[in-house]
Amino acid sequence: MTQLADKLAYLQYPFVQNALIVGVLIALCSSLLGVTLVLKRFSFIGDGLSHVAFGAMAIAAVLQLTDDMPLVLVITVFSAVLLLRTGQNAKIKGDAAVAMISVGALAIGYLLMNIFAKSSNLSGDVCTTLFGSTSILTLKKSEVVICIILSALVIAAFIFFYNKIFAVTFDENFATATGVKAKAYNLLIAVIVAVIIVLAMNLVGSLLISALVIFPALSAMRVFKSFRSVTICSAVLSVVCALSGIIISVIAGTPVGSTIVAVDIVSFAAFALAGAISGGKK
Amino acid sequence: MKTILGLQKPLGGEIITGEGIKQKDIGYLPQQTDVQRDFPASVWEIVLSGCQGERGLKPFYSKENKELARSNMERMDIVSLEKRCYRELSGGQQQRVLLARALCAAKKMILLDEPVAGLDPKVTAEMYSLIEALNKSDGITVIMISHDLEAALRYANKILHIGNEIFFGSKDEYIKSSTAFTTLKGGDAE
Repeated sequence: MTQLADKLAYLQYPFVQNALIVGVLIALCSSLLGVTLVLKRFSFIGDGLSHVAFGAMAIAAVLQLTDDMPLVLVITVFSAVLLLRTGQNAKIKGDAAVAMISVGALAIGYLLMNIFAKSSNLSGDVCTTLFGSTSILTLKKSEVVICIILSALVIAAFIFFYNKIFAVTFDENFATATGVKAKAYNLLIAVIVAVIIVLAMNLVGSLLISALVIFPALSAMRVFKSFRSVTICSAVLSVVCALSGIIISVIAGTPVGSTIVAVDIVSFAAFALAGAISGGKK
Repeated sequence: MKTILGLQKPLGGEIITGEGIKQKDIGYLPQQTDVQRDFPASVWEIVLSGCQGERGLKPFYSKENKELARSNMERMDIVSLEKRCYRELSGGQQQRVLLARALCAAKKMILLDEPVAGLDPKVTAEMYSLIEALNKSDGITVIMISHDLEAALRYANKILHIGNEIFFGSKDEYIKSSTAFTTLKGGDAE
């Protein structure tokens, strides 16, 4: 018991508190957009974009930029716009385009890191970028501030455009026909997703971001029946999972990213069960 | 059809609207998409989203929007379904929800794309009488794309037949014309 108390004392350290703040914000942002992405059949876009972000980070490392955030953000936003825009009537269909960009960026990123490697522990570096490992516990003050500002922007944009995002997600043609600028909102969604991905790289690493985006949304959709309740539930669930994931990982000494995803999986199973039971009653 | 709605650029020529009908005044009942079949949204949310077109950049719905949505739900007799989830409704109920949404956007004209596709005969008849009521008592122009030639002849007053031969004129002219007899299958009605 005293051991547990010792471990819980970690929570007083500023670096753990920073991790909790950043984790909650990222979980919140990613789950908000997750509902839309899942419904638009874009679940994999998170995966694709995070690999792009990985490639961009590699480029930043090669260029020896001390602050890689701006470059990574620009490249990822650009790819997101490209992917979501060409989604409907491109020669290469949406899923294939995502897959292509995703593995392509991953390969190029790793290649670049290998060729121009400065660090002696290359595989360790790559592993950290891919799975997040401990980087959330070594956040700098400036990174925390950037994360808070960007999350606030994402949440504000989501609330402000909530009704439009719903209209465009449910029926893009109808929205366009009645005068909603669906293309512009798709673009906005793409940009927001890209920002979230870059933020989330710190938390769970680039391989696991998809989980953060889709699990809360899918869990919520098992049980709730309106867009608003699904969105709220997925946000709350995502925050709860991220919080408990981080705390468990600090106590048990497990990797942060995969612990959070494991908690997400457990909650999905619970919601699927709850949905089946309540659905069976009718 | 897509051109009238502004989803596509005209292949040639231009669209001229008389009597001050603007793009925004046209409501649209599209064919169902895969995405919608398992969409978690309540009936109320969907109907209200029909008002989105005139909101511009304003983020939330006004009281008038909500009243309009409510009255259109009454017209379509779906008020009792308000809180129900769209994906749990029957095909006919889903169509009425989408029609109510279209009415929120429509002031003068409504475009229907195969409104009875996949519905059983009883629900089809109900749907047609609803649409007829909109035209007769609310004075809304109805443009309908249909493969149901019989119904088109019963309800329409002008017919545009697209096929090997192209015909456009009133219903009586259409019945007299040869196009109606040479083609027993397929027809588009206005």
